[in-house]
Amino acid sequence: MTTSVLLQDLTRAFGVTRALDGLSIEMAPGELVALLGPSGCGKTTALRIVAGFETADTGSVLVNGKDISSVPASRRDMGMVFQSYSLFPNMPALDNVAFGLRMRKMGASQRRQRAADLLDMVGLAPQARQYPHQLSGGQQQRVALARALAIEPRVLLLDEPLSALDAKVRLQLREQIRTLQQRLGTTTLFVTHDQEEALSMADRVGVMRQGRLEQIAAPDELYTDPATAFVAEFVGVMNRIPGELQPSGQVTALGSTVPVRGHRPDETAVDVLVRPEGLTLEVAENGNGIVTTRTFLGSVTRVGVQLSGDVAVQVDRPSAESAALGPGASVSVSLPGQPVLVATRLVS
Amino acid sequence: MAALGTSSRATAWRWTILIVAAVYFLLPLWAALRFAGISAFGSVIGEPGFTASLALSVRLAVITTLVTIALMLPTTVYVHLRLPKLRRLLEGITILPIVIPPVVLIVGVLAIAPGFLKSTSLLLALVYVVLAMPFTYRALDAGLRALDLKTIVEASNSLGAGWLSTLWRVLLPNLRTALLSATVLSVAMVLGEFTMASLDLYQTFPVWIYVNSQTSGQVSVAASLLALFVTWIFLLGITVIGTRQSRKTGGGAVTLFTVAPAETRGN
Amino acid sequence: MRKLLRGVRLALGVIPFGVYVGLFLLAPMVAVAIGAFQDNSGGFTLSNVQAATHGVYLHGFWQSIVLSVISAVLPGILGLMLAYAIVRAEGGNLLRQVAITAAGVFANFGGVPLAFIFIATIGSSGLVSQWLTSLGFDPYAHGFTLYSLLGVIIVYLYFQIPLMVLVILPALEGLRPAWREAAENLGARTWDYWRFVGGPVLLPSFLGCVLLLFGSALSAYATAEALTNGTIPLTAIQIGSFLNGNVIAGQENIGKALGLGMVVIIAVAMMIYVVLQRRAARWLR
Repeated sequence: MTTSVLLQDLTRAFGVTRALDGLSIEMAPGELVALLGPSGCGKTTALRIVAGFETADTGSVLVNGKDISSVPASRRDMGMVFQSYSLFPNMPALDNVAFGLRMRKMGASQRRQRAADLLDMVGLAPQARQYPHQLSGGQQQRVALARALAIEPRVLLLDEPLSALDAKVRLQLREQIRTLQQRLGTTTLFVTHDQEEALSMADRVGVMRQGRLEQIAAPDELYTDPATAFVAEFVGVMNRIPGELQPSGQVTALGSTVPVRGHRPDETAVDVLVRPEGLTLEVAENGNGIVTTRTFLGSVTRVGVQLSGDVAVQVDRPSAESAALGPGASVSVSLPGQPVLVATRLVS
Repeated sequence: MAALGTSSRATAWRWTILIVAAVYFLLPLWAALRFAGISAFGSVIGEPGFTASLALSVRLAVITTLVTIALMLPTTVYVHLRLPKLRRLLEGITILPIVIPPVVLIVGVLAIAPGFLKSTSLLLALVYVVLAMPFTYRALDAGLRALDLKTIVEASNSLGAGWLSTLWRVLLPNLRTALLSATVLSVAMVLGEFTMASLDLYQTFPVWIYVNSQTSGQVSVAASLLALFVTWIFLLGITVIGTRQSRKTGGGAVTLFTVAPAETRGN
Repeated sequence: MRKLLRGVRLALGVIPFGVYVGLFLLAPMVAVAIGAFQDNSGGFTLSNVQAATHGVYLHGFWQSIVLSVISAVLPGILGLMLAYAIVRAEGGNLLRQVAITAAGVFANFGGVPLAFIFIATIGSSGLVSQWLTSLGFDPYAHGFTLYSLLGVIIVYLYFQIPLMVLVILPALEGLRPAWREAAENLGARTWDYWRFVGGPVLLPSFLGCVLLLFGSALSAYATAEALTNGTIPLTAIQIGSFLNGNVIAGQENIGKALGLGMVVIIAVAMMIYVVLQRRAARWLR
């Protein structure tokens, strides 16, 4: 099954609100693309347009080059997993999984066999005769996954399928979904607001905001090379340090001047965006900050520092070197020479 | 909204049903209005027996409502507070009047009531309390469930209020809507109850309408419309006031009807 | 011992209620139940039950049940269609609120006023009857009469349909959109969805509501009495006539037997209703 999907310039407005403002994404066959963003950013709308439950105002969806915008949802041959409670309550798990096959007029014994195989694939063979209300949340979602995959869909669509589950189950299911998807090679679109989920599962992640795609890239690129301040702060932890934009185009903060990367705001008063591992910290008698917290995270320790001027930052250091950094210690935090991202200063 | 079912054909179908329903329900009212004629409305008040029967109905309504609240409110609060396990049983008991048709109940009541009670209309009012139980209980129960009863009573006690104070200053104000609901429902029920009143040989308002129809059909129809109209104002009023009240405190819209109301109204 | 005392103290709070219900609900019902098996001198007899299940009383039961079944199933289906139209209509919350309030008000509208309003509409000199006659079709000349079983059914629709709307609305709203979308996504069309998912899920609620309507129609007295003046044998009316004194002396307890029978029928219907509601609650959670 090699299916490519192209979302072309989708727009959708609900009254005054523009849910989608020109969204274009190209999905390669077998790829898992995650749409990541805060609630209201349009990611679910985009997914539902692909599924056929919403129609775009302008733009089109192409599957393998063909425009399917006018094809009804029941004939798009896509499997969808909803956020929760989408299993038909009046059927046991097996019949739920077999439903799509029944709609395709597959014979009874044949579809039961296939449904059983799929339940086995998600590890729920013993639960075949159980009703949805007898299954746990995680089990229900696995059945929902099996149900979507039973029809051998060209595209798999997942609408925040793990949001309603608790943490441990979420982690297990994450792996299962990814493994299955890779094994079957199904082109998949996955919507979530959890950045950890998106980064760990996807081949590429598209960060959305107010109906627009801010950046779409592989997870590591998103993290190390965020294109905009929004992406930088949404993915991973980011420090905001007040600085001054110089006429030379560089920015001054924490006593040093460094080059600027990416977009340059118009104002001179800006915030510099740096990751915790991007700051250097030294014990210093008359430094620019006092340690407030120290959190042990395994190989890395996250040190919270209160800088002069009412600015708080987090700095990551190897745990082995962080013994002396107890609360109250006087330290000096500085920027190394690398180019940094800047953003308009936030007035808090 | 799913893409299915939002086609224009489905919409046309839906609106047709709604319009046909509106016509079916409104046509008889209009026909009744035409039949009675405007003059009938005027003469309703002058008809012999009108005032007496209306006064009787109102008196019974007042007694029933007072007894209902005096009985159901403390009981419901008590059960919510002290005997939560009995709640299901209480709910079950209050549903019983729905299973027992009023016509059967009045047979039983008349069979065992002592003579002194039987000769007054008070008996009717007291039995009405039982008929009204399903809705009054539900109204009070819903009102209590919306409060975190245990917590506010404990808070009130810890701040030094005695039981009476707590009931009067804390619980009653918070149960205003529920009490209003219960009152209106029970008043509406009593004003419209025909079965038991007629068989107990008391001429309440509905009974008067029926008896009077032999002599003047138009006046009876006018009186019926009047009775209906007044009940509507009551019920609509309580929905509006109740919704406004509950919206003020962060609740949702108020709906009165969860269980079959019609059966115990002596239909 | 202390636990016992505590239990007793706790129970004190509900004693007033218990006493009241005992006096005004249970005692009368026990009197009816016992009286059904008593003859005129107080001895045990089955003759009342015998009479109640034969002849004109059996006919009454039969008619009542037929009337109630029709007055339950027909408004059941119509009410379901109306409720569905309300749920799916665009007009948003306002339409829904108006519809629910209207339904609540009409569901409470029964008895004598309703009977008279229908007399004014399709009675022998009712407005619609006269209008139809002026169009060339006189219903009364063709054998129709409001003062018959058919007429009673038509009038019962007026409060049974809104009742159905009120009780089925929560069940309809319990149908999650995700089910419909999932079904669509898997290839189902409208008919498939209703046949395999929507219908089966709604069925327990629907049947339960129909049972509720059945109980409501069977107990109804006032409307039928006002319409027919006791001319049609219906159990409720027959029971009433025992109190009106329209019966031969010495047979009063037959009325109690009739009452007992009615309560038994309704109690059975209600028990089935409770079971169905539990099943529905499980699925529509």
